Amino acid sequence: MKAAVVIFPGSNREHDIAAALEASSGRKPVFVWHGEAEIPPVDLIVLPGGFSHGDYLRCGAMAAHSPVMRAVKTRAEQGVAVLGVCNGFQILTEAGLLPGALLVNAGRKFICRNVNLRVETSQSLFTNRYERDQVLSVPMAHNEGNYVADGDELDRLEGEGLVAFRYCRADGGTGDNPNGSARDIAGVFNRSKTVLGMMPHPENASDPAVGSIDGKGLFDSLAAALK
Amino acid sequence: MAREVRVDQALAAEYGLKPDEYARILTLLGRTPNQAELGMFSAMWSEHCSYKSSRKWLRRLPTQAPWVVQGPGENAGAIDIGGGLAAVFKMESHNHPSFIEPYQGAATGVGGILRDVFTMGARPIANLNALRFGAPDHPKTKHLVGGVVAGIGGYGNCMGIPTVAGECTFHPAYNGNILVNAMTVGLARIDRIFRSAAAGIGNPVVYVGSKTGRDGIHGATMASAEFGEGSEEKRPTVQVGDPFTEKLLLEACLELMASDAIVAIQDMGAAGLTSSSCEMAGKGGVGIELDLDRVPCRETAMTAYEIMLSESQERMLMVLKAGREDAARRVFEKWELDFAVIGRITDSGKVVCRKDGKVAVDLPVGPLADEAPLYDRPTKPTPKAKPLGKLPAPRSVGDALKTLLACPDLASKRWIWEQYDHLVMGNTVQRPGGDAAVVRLPGSRKALALTTDCTPRYCQAEPEAGGAQAVAECWRNLTAVGARPLAITDCLNFGNPERPEIMGQFAGCIEGMRAACLALDFPVVSGNVSLYNETSGRGVLPTPQIGGVGVLDDLTFGVGLALRQPDLALILVGETKGHLGQSLYLREVLGREDGPPPPVDLAAERRNGDTVRALIRAGMVEACHDLSDGGLLVALAEMAMAGGQGARIALPKGASPHAFLFGEDQARYLIATSDPVGTLSVLRAKDVSAQALGESGGRTLTVEGHCTISIAELRALHESTLPALMAAPGR
Repeated sequence: MKAAVVIFPGSNREHDIAAALEASSGRKPVFVWHGEAEIPPVDLIVLPGGFSHGDYLRCGAMAAHSPVMRAVKTRAEQGVAVLGVCNGFQILTEAGLLPGALLVNAGRKFICRNVNLRVETSQSLFTNRYERDQVLSVPMAHNEGNYVADGDELDRLEGEGLVAFRYCRADGGTGDNPNGSARDIAGVFNRSKTVLGMMPHPENASDPAVGSIDGKGLFDSLAAALK
Repeated sequence: MAREVRVDQALAAEYGLKPDEYARILTLLGRTPNQAELGMFSAMWSEHCSYKSSRKWLRRLPTQAPWVVQGPGENAGAIDIGGGLAAVFKMESHNHPSFIEPYQGAATGVGGILRDVFTMGARPIANLNALRFGAPDHPKTKHLVGGVVAGIGGYGNCMGIPTVAGECTFHPAYNGNILVNAMTVGLARIDRIFRSAAAGIGNPVVYVGSKTGRDGIHGATMASAEFGEGSEEKRPTVQVGDPFTEKLLLEACLELMASDAIVAIQDMGAAGLTSSSCEMAGKGGVGIELDLDRVPCRETAMTAYEIMLSESQERMLMVLKAGREDAARRVFEKWELDFAVIGRITDSGKVVCRKDGKVAVDLPVGPLADEAPLYDRPTKPTPKAKPLGKLPAPRSVGDALKTLLACPDLASKRWIWEQYDHLVMGNTVQRPGGDAAVVRLPGSRKALALTTDCTPRYCQAEPEAGGAQAVAECWRNLTAVGARPLAITDCLNFGNPERPEIMGQFAGCIEGMRAACLALDFPVVSGNVSLYNETSGRGVLPTPQIGGVGVLDDLTFGVGLALRQPDLALILVGETKGHLGQSLYLREVLGREDGPPPPVDLAAERRNGDTVRALIRAGMVEACHDLSDGGLLVALAEMAMAGGQGARIALPKGASPHAFLFGEDQARYLIATSDPVGTLSVLRAKDVSAQALGESGGRTLTVEGHCTISIAELRALHESTLPALMAAPGR
């Protein structure tokens, strides 16, 4: 799997996710500066976490208009896999590559802690190494992760099986939603399930020396699917 | 054109200069300075920049060891951690601005200490802090806690530097002056450390980062005076932080530092362009010439005085090798930052600034940078604390434990550290809430252990014991995770040094720190002094905050405090005499704050700690916790809550329950082991006092004959205090 990680001014988890990609695929990803108009030929484009443009104006709003995003959209339309984590998810919604938006957390505070995620489907490039309904312990670290979309959109996402992860209790049941997200949604796919946006950080749960390795399955899934 | 401002003794006083200091300036110059020149003197000679009251005492602190790469005097200290790498670190206060405007004050405190570290060529890998607030029920406390925590998080989170450890306590002595101390630890190659001494006559002086505005003018002077009525009016002296720009500045500086274009670099912190230019020239023994018309300004018609005294954030001053300007400019323009050649290095020994084509400042560097007044202020020793006398036994050990675990000082600080991104960079092995954070060095099995510590009530009661205890507890916390403690940074927060009692506290704490640093081979490599933490004549508790760094050579042999398995033997290491003077039990359960603090036996500290570390390295320890605030039973409860395993212990025959369970004797650890026989024999062979108390297991904490409490109940109490405080209406 060849991957490219886009760096925006203010990205800060690019090295975290590069390490997780390399651990699962055996290949170092290339880094692409946001001002580039082209992305080298790759199997996966990653928009990492951080505070692109300081989160000024609105999270992801300015980054969505970076020159590189035209190339990201073109590639996504061609079916290249795109993963946006945290700020990357916010950028994907701002760029119109994923539906919905991410508002300030219901508690109005930044929260950094492990959360439980329920895998909603194992039928995707990103989740094929997980079981459906498997519960993962993965960290979140954000101030604006409260997922919203209108009711019809949410019904459609659920109806078409496009919810990737939901916040849940340790036993998989509902009732532990850290940020107020609609229907406990933590991550969603686009229609073709080639674009995934998620708020929690699987890249920070991919190394046994620093906590859980529950997030590693996502990178293993990608490495298996995009060999 | 700016109007001429009349310079006289009255203006000097307004700028914080004493009459004799102003007279000295007139003598040194042989003329009356202009407004900009006077402003520069007042900033450089302020307590904050010149350490004029503390320097005499700071010289007492041990600063050397074979592993010290850079001691005090640079932007940050540095130690050799093996493999060609240095840990670069420093702690700094942002007390005064944080009280006036908590979010921006705390945020820019973090920004300032980060710059101090990356100025040295180090990539920051961890932030820590130490916070002291007033009484929980004081009308300002909730607002200050909320603002400070959000400010620290807002800056560090955006920068992508994990905030991994800290401490936070409350006491009415901080009602009018909170303490916000921030520490940054970075990593640099030892042979690529950058320093601040300017060199090379004719070399260009370059300004990079944000533009200069009218914010923070005279911040250093504000931080060098006590508060009176109306300190809110000082809000314009607080700077506004922009962590996004600082993130760009960090990346741009590190990118340029990978080349050999930089001769010297210094951040523009307190006293902005004045201190950076004067200190760089002073250290290099050269002169400096600045064209202030070339300084990127955010506002129009700024005067020389304003430009030289502005404390706008996210700015750096560099001396480049001649001819490297264009290559450097390209790096900064890529990161969309201002870059301006604003002057050059001269051999004049003077700082000369031009504005509108005219000489606006012409001062000798020496007097500004190195000839600030040095005061030998009178000291009055703190009277010996009266002994405590006999205390009544508590009606219920269980109730006392619950009271302690729920009191604001011991309550869980989760509400705080969950607002800090403590995981970014992917190397946080031990998260907040333990004795020390453990942060892995990228791509290795090695890690740094990091902690901040001080027990101000001990320092108040007996400064010398308190100073020693702060260093010893820091050393112990690093030891408790299995690390080799290497060096400290300090942040010395005290009241008004013009009062002999305050200088007595200062001198006493320094002497105690000195003794502990020497006994534990634990030198001071950087630090900061914050005086005048005082409002209307009432000072804070003396708070010599210590930030410690240790190395864990192999993560495999690190331990935490969590009790995770049943049937482990619990062994108390160190001698327990049951010292209750100045203990939290005394304060929280009996409502008294008196008696002497626990004595610090540095030989026992060393012996006990070295032995515990050896046991951890030998793989004989499953969990380890330093005993400090609250004593043995609080430590055991913390271990149980962290790992979800209960425990049962029995008191030794004849032990007085409250003294044994809640005494705060020093040099002690509680360890859990599956090999009690082997562990005890190692301890005894090293002549370390130790006793088996019981074992882990179950869902309750039991002290035989006294109490049984469920871990769930303890957790609920421990976790609810801070959220309840912050949710309380009306404050």
